[in-house]
Amino acid sequence: MRFLNLFGHHQSARTAQHRLQVLLMHERSAGGKADLIPMLREDILAAIGKHVIVDLDKVRVRVERGDAVSLLEIDIEIPTNVKPMHTAPVQQAELLS
Amino acid sequence: MAQVVVVTSGKGGVGKTTSTAALGAALAREGERVVVIDFDVGLRNLDLVMGAERRVVFDLIHVVQGTARLSQALIRDKRIDTLFLLAASQTRDKDALTDDGVERVIRELRPSYDWIICDSPAGIERGALLAMRYADIAVVVTNPEVSSVRDSDRIIGLLDSTTQKAKTGELMEKHLLLTRYDPVRAGRGEMLSIDDVLDILCIPLLGIIPESKEILHASNVGAPVTLNNPTSAPARAYNDAARRLQGEVVPLVVPSDKNTLFNKLLGRRAA
Repeated sequence: MRFLNLFGHHQSARTAQHRLQVLLMHERSAGGKADLIPMLREDILAAIGKHVIVDLDKVRVRVERGDAVSLLEIDIEIPTNVKPMHTAPVQQAELLS
Repeated sequence: MAQVVVVTSGKGGVGKTTSTAALGAALAREGERVVVIDFDVGLRNLDLVMGAERRVVFDLIHVVQGTARLSQALIRDKRIDTLFLLAASQTRDKDALTDDGVERVIRELRPSYDWIICDSPAGIERGALLAMRYADIAVVVTNPEVSSVRDSDRIIGLLDSTTQKAKTGELMEKHLLLTRYDPVRAGRGEMLSIDDVLDILCIPLLGIIPESKEILHASNVGAPVTLNNPTSAPARAYNDAARRLQGEVVPLVVPSDKNTLFNKLLGRRAA
């Protein structure tokens, strides 16, 4: 971006075009599964929640959409003094249902 | 405790989103804690103008519906760490926005910020009414052009009748932000003059933003104009407007069409 700015504003339309291409590609492909990220988050939290208690306020989800790949970052704070939950396999199955 | 500002106009394309981004960034640059909220559900654009379009995970609708926490939906600006964006949903219906939900979001944000700036959608429907409902201050964005002035007049009427302030008998503080002002055309009498607009709308002037290519460049690269080129004419005008919002008395600079020596040297028109 800075590099482009060195050449003045003539390049800014190209920047705009590239930004729009990336954005619209994501928005068009999203279609019905626009809530993919929230769904992934729910599933990941449910999986971790089977073993430790997760405070939803201590969960940070970030995404950086790129041209070829997107990066999904989920930071979950787990208190160090928490003992893992010993859940019987049967109960785990109930949790999932 | 935050001041809640609605940036509104009635008419589309007059510069609400540009102005929200520019004012928000100008205030945040002064060290104020600012959150800008996009109320245009289904047609969001504030994320694009702020350059955060690749980083939206959760939005206003997720928070309103309780699927995400406010802290998770707020996107911190990469350039100024006191500037935050709450994006609108691109996929939901505008009816997903509820009065109770908006009231709760504003109530939760108020203690932690100095400014909450609500970018209203065009029109006078649900989204526009909810964007203004809990505001303390309204910035009415107007172009010196007949249909924009007429729509602004309609919006001023709604600010005085449908908002929380109006319902509790308080007066909504209203300011006019004149945008896309072209001094050359105004000088030739082709465009409504500043006085014409002020005479009709009868609200105090917050600033005059000159028509400028800098606005387009800023949105091309996804940066508020006050960050992208802080010394440009529109950025200076937005900075002054932000200081006036803060209560400072700043002399008003009317964009002029006379060429300065600097501009003559560069062979370009003023503004």
